[in-house]
Amino acid sequence: MRTLEQLIAASPVFAGLREEHLAVIAGCAVNEHFSAGEQLFREGDPANRFFLIREGAVALGVDAPGRGELVVETLHQGEVVGWSWLFEPYRWQFDGRATETTHAVAFDGACLRGKCEAEHELGYELMRRFAASMTERLQATRLQLLDVYGHARTG
Amino acid sequence: MLEQAEARLEPGSMVPAPYSLIAKRRDTADTWTLELQPRAGRRLAFVPGQFTMISAFGAGEVPISISGDPDGDGPLVHTVRAVGLATNAICRARPGEVLGVRGPFGSGWPGADIEGADVLVIAGGIGLAPLRPAILALLARRERYGRLLLLYGGRSPEQLMFAAELEQWRARGLQVAVTVDSAGPEWLGHVGVVPQLVRRAGFDAAAAVALLCGPEVMMRFTVAALAQAGVGSERIYASMERNMQCGIGHCGHCQLGPTLLCRDGPVYRWSELERWLAIREL
Repeated sequence: MRTLEQLIAASPVFAGLREEHLAVIAGCAVNEHFSAGEQLFREGDPANRFFLIREGAVALGVDAPGRGELVVETLHQGEVVGWSWLFEPYRWQFDGRATETTHAVAFDGACLRGKCEAEHELGYELMRRFAASMTERLQATRLQLLDVYGHARTG
Repeated sequence: MLEQAEARLEPGSMVPAPYSLIAKRRDTADTWTLELQPRAGRRLAFVPGQFTMISAFGAGEVPISISGDPDGDGPLVHTVRAVGLATNAICRARPGEVLGVRGPFGSGWPGADIEGADVLVIAGGIGLAPLRPAILALLARRERYGRLLLLYGGRSPEQLMFAAELEQWRARGLQVAVTVDSAGPEWLGHVGVVPQLVRRAGFDAAAAVALLCGPEVMMRFTVAALAQAGVGSERIYASMERNMQCGIGHCGHCQLGPTLLCRDGPVYRWSELERWLAIREL
């Protein structure tokens, strides 16, 4: 049975953090379980938390009138769900739904923001890691926007 | 005159052979898989990755990759997306009608020379069609390879090719990961892009070989993800698409740097191409 600290340290986004920083982060975290189809959060709700997926998958989507939920991205084991806790107005911008049974570590965003304010080195480390994750996902989104499969050569 | 020119080349390379359309299946809204039988003689032999020039008489001729099983002597199978005059005419053909076939042309995917390797088959959109013969050949010799993975991306769940076959391939030892650019709530699979699948796929980078076919932009980003994972460009093979007109290296329309894709390709090692692909004017 691994401790929360060990689970967090094993994830790509938190790997290599100093032990004292891991302890602080783990102090703001709890284990959670979501059934397939269960909503983790909804667009517009207060974003007080974020998640690290241990097992399972989470779909990010928006509800479009007349079309239902449109899924824009799915996130999997080892990936972080949620940045809205980092920036004002601290509201979720998308819906998050477990597409299968999902085990996650849930972090108290307000708690962690307070810790980062108190210790800027921890704040810098977290921001650096979240920025790398955001960059990777922004690049993927740009590739999606290109709609590369929709433009065939005519003949 | 034509006979003299033909005699200097491979038989069937300049004059289309008549093939009867014996069956067709709609794969997606604009894509069809056609089964063709020669009107006389045996079906042409081919290696996975090769293409033919198919003509709808009176409409035009286009290069189409062979998507059928290279083993056995079943019909010649092509998967065609209706996007222009000739491809629309080919897709509109009804069983019993005659189409022209020249070829096969070009280079094929590696096979025996990559035995023992982990093989990543990476496809985008209709790019799965040219890879289907390679997948069937790999699965027919499953024990000769390490892990076999298919990473496949499409625009939406409705536009995925060979959807029913993906499950059959899984059962035969191919690990399949599929992603789409966008989907509704009924889609429980991955939404995202192919390079993300590369980052999530578990494989031995030192022993891996990648076979890649899809839109060129997708391939460039996928090669970057493969490089980050430790797969060198000399172990990445890609099937290229350019403006092929003759299929026999005479017209020059498909030139890329020093190479003619119809004659020397369409399958290349990425290391042979990357220098030329970096030149935007080509």
